[in-house]
Amino acid sequence: MGAIYKGRFIYTGEIEPLKTTDPTSVINVAKAHKGYVVACNVTDNPKSCGYMSSLVASYLIQKEVGMEAVYQITVRDRNRLALISDLLGAGALGIRNILVLSGDHTTLGDDPGAMPVFDLDSAQLVYMARKMVDDGVDLAGNKIEKPPKFHVGIAGNPNADPLEPELLKIKRKVDLGAEFLQTQVVFEIDPIKIFLEETTHFKIPILVGVFPCKSYGVAKFFDEHIPGVSVPTEFMEKLRKVDEITDKRARKQKIDEVNLIFFTNFIKEIKKTTNASGIHIMAVGYERLVKPLVEKLS
Amino acid sequence: MIILEPKPLEEVLTLAKGFESILIVGCDGCAGIYQVGGEKQAETMSTLLEMGKKLKEKINLKSEALTVLRQCDLRITATTLKPIVDKYQAILSLACGIGVQTIAQAFPEKIVIPGNDTKFIGMQDRELGKFLEFCRTCGECILFETGGICPITRCAKGLMNGPCGGMADGKCEVGDYTRDCAWFQIWEALKRQGRTELYKKFRLPRDRSFKAQPQEIK
Repeated sequence: MGAIYKGRFIYTGEIEPLKTTDPTSVINVAKAHKGYVVACNVTDNPKSCGYMSSLVASYLIQKEVGMEAVYQITVRDRNRLALISDLLGAGALGIRNILVLSGDHTTLGDDPGAMPVFDLDSAQLVYMARKMVDDGVDLAGNKIEKPPKFHVGIAGNPNADPLEPELLKIKRKVDLGAEFLQTQVVFEIDPIKIFLEETTHFKIPILVGVFPCKSYGVAKFFDEHIPGVSVPTEFMEKLRKVDEITDKRARKQKIDEVNLIFFTNFIKEIKKTTNASGIHIMAVGYERLVKPLVEKLS
Repeated sequence: MIILEPKPLEEVLTLAKGFESILIVGCDGCAGIYQVGGEKQAETMSTLLEMGKKLKEKINLKSEALTVLRQCDLRITATTLKPIVDKYQAILSLACGIGVQTIAQAFPEKIVIPGNDTKFIGMQDRELGKFLEFCRTCGECILFETGGICPITRCAKGLMNGPCGGMADGKCEVGDYTRDCAWFQIWEALKRQGRTELYKKFRLPRDRSFKAQPQEIK
């Protein structure tokens, strides 16, 4: 992630560990990203599903693939002691980047009976991580021998409506010491332009989140079920037509083609008209698109 | 108010199994006001228990229904029930969990059956036709600076520096975007009051040590 501070337009990827002890998938997805992104986020129990630890998976991709990890850590599943413990562990394992998140609510996950912890919130975790890194102490002021060294990242939502409270929330985290921001998924240029204009004065690198759609269903899900996210009709229509192709191989080829055209243009537009520091590609379950997409953009 | 929900009759009958005499005790406080444990509900419960036990256990139940002014007060409860309590094998309380425990403490030899489940502290929203949770008794009230809306309780994640990324169009991800996001409501309230400076404030992690249960105040 060091490249982000050198002013280069960069790409990051996303890896979702699953409900398995088999590290193969995580490693293979990391391999598919290698050489095309500077780092990969590793999600922490996304959608509140109990998956392989994001810390372990972050370590695995760094050690086995040489892929720099952005270790995602949510405040949903751990109290402050467990968060300190995992962050110290991350430091010991050579993790250099963390992305601090609230986490989807437990009732939305694969075991809604789980207890939501939220001992800290994400702003307070930024505060705690900074204390650990900068002051070498934990939240209670207890000294850490050999403090960890992290870049502390946060998320932001360009689709938030109203945007003002979202911006104030981001500012609070920047004031606390957040160093970079990755946005939630956007498919349209206008909201991201406004968001980037409004956040310029925060003076931190911002990576715009994009989500290549492996199928028409994925795009439809974003359009219909994620409030504030709107998928352009033309793109949706092209994806829908691909769904009608019966030959599996031809359909696969065509879906890649449609995505490549849409996202190449979209990212080029972002590069040309905004001051974004890069793109965060969330090709979850669709890692085969990362290579051609980044190659087309280079 | 303490918000209660009646236990299903089947469950109450299971708990009351084997007893031939039960005193049914309502409460004129929260339970009475929200009509889940007042005088009428105690009388209805008495009738239902009598019928249920006759059908299920062939027992002619001896029961009596009455209410206590405040079942959470040990002195009031003990004084009210003392003259009659010995006539019954068990006591069925239609108050909150505090009422059940007050009776248990006042008459340690008696078996107390809870007739209600204690849900939360809140109020009735008559427009929505729902009871809503409003206070989690966190012990550090910040309502002055959050526009009279409690984020600890009304934010699904209890965030002190919200909202989270699960807010969209002022709604919360929990409940499929049908419920209001508390932090959006706080923002709107503070805007109306011209106090948005308070929204920008960073609130430190809460000290949870004094909330270690069971709590005591001298």
